[in-house]
Amino acid sequence: MATIKIPPVLRASVGGEREVSAEGGTVGELLAALVEAHPATATQLFGDDGELNRYVNVYLNDEDVRVLDGLATVVSEGDVLVILPAMAGGG
Amino acid sequence: MSLPGLKNRPCGGRYGDIVQSIGNTPLVELKRLSPKPGVRIWAKLESRNPTGSVKDRVARAMIEDAEETGAIAPGQTILEPTSGNTGISLAMICAYKGYPVKVVMPDNVTPERTQLLAMYGAEIVYSDGTKGSNGAVELALEMAAADPRYYMPYQYGNLANPLAHYNGTAVEILDELDDVAAFVAGLGTGGTLMGNARRLKEALGAGVKIVAAEPMQGEPVQGLRSLDDGFIPPIIDLALLDRKIFVTNSDAISWTRKLLDEEGIFAGVSSGAIARVAVRIAGELDEGNVVFIVADDGWKYLSSGLYTLPLEEIENLESTLWW
Repeated sequence: MATIKIPPVLRASVGGEREVSAEGGTVGELLAALVEAHPATATQLFGDDGELNRYVNVYLNDEDVRVLDGLATVVSEGDVLVILPAMAGGG
Repeated sequence: MSLPGLKNRPCGGRYGDIVQSIGNTPLVELKRLSPKPGVRIWAKLESRNPTGSVKDRVARAMIEDAEETGAIAPGQTILEPTSGNTGISLAMICAYKGYPVKVVMPDNVTPERTQLLAMYGAEIVYSDGTKGSNGAVELALEMAAADPRYYMPYQYGNLANPLAHYNGTAVEILDELDDVAAFVAGLGTGGTLMGNARRLKEALGAGVKIVAAEPMQGEPVQGLRSLDDGFIPPIIDLALLDRKIFVTNSDAISWTRKLLDEEGIFAGVSSGAIARVAVRIAGELDEGNVVFIVADDGWKYLSSGLYTLPLEEIENLESTLWW
């Protein structure tokens, strides 16, 4: 079981929850479980090609999964998946 | 007892003016933060640039590139979205060179930024702080599109930004170190990471780990209406990054204090976050040099009390745009 943290911009799609629990062995499986429980998240999280929406960053604990193994990144018991919108950094 | 000879320039170099003196910053070993004897951690003190941040390199490169390509005319107004440092650098350089500057900056940054911008004569337009830097970028793009009299360097999409590091910062690091196991910098526009990554990997091979530290956006600054308001700086190529790790504001501030208390480095909040990630990466290595960027100094954050107050007494910890 892992915890998925939901950013404010996606909360309306998950009934206002700040975090939800999900089962899955990879990041992709966790997100698929989230979409199954809350179908309104599907079009926001994924593009037509099934890849992550480019404006969604997903972190396993604190590391961006795009520079790990993407949706295939392996998840362990108790891990936290953090979904954040892509924001411009300071400069 | 005499000290061993230093490789760096004895007086820091001689320059024709303040703009030319940008760069050539010190590389300082942080022995107390190193988790094991075989791993050496080096801080590249970009805080030692004329306005106190790494952005002096970027601002100079963008303005001089625009001058060389004829993109700006004498006296033309420079417009730029910034969380502060790039605006301050542009304001200093453009005041010296004779271009008026207008910056678009989120309204939830520390007040010193406003004072420094005013000091160098820049005009400030504030954007909605809950939208973070995305809001500043959006507003500046609208202003530039509506008025062709502005010249916008646009650090998020200007290749002179990473080139300032490819031709500057990374060359200086390579002058001092024969090998670099990991390079750690903050992810803002992506310029520092991209420019250094390309040069270091070209010079030392693909094995150099390039690690991005980025701010964990607190909920008060996640004020997006939809994901379509999301933003990815066009100059970023994620393929050049080996790791990308977020740091919370409270961790960033704890490590900013640690840099000060243990190593005497008076740095800004992003540098605390970068140091935290650098020490973690150092702990995963058996040997080698870990270089990290101290992006700015601490003066701009003094009013927040972050160097002296307990963490829980720092006001607006989560709603301030620290970097």
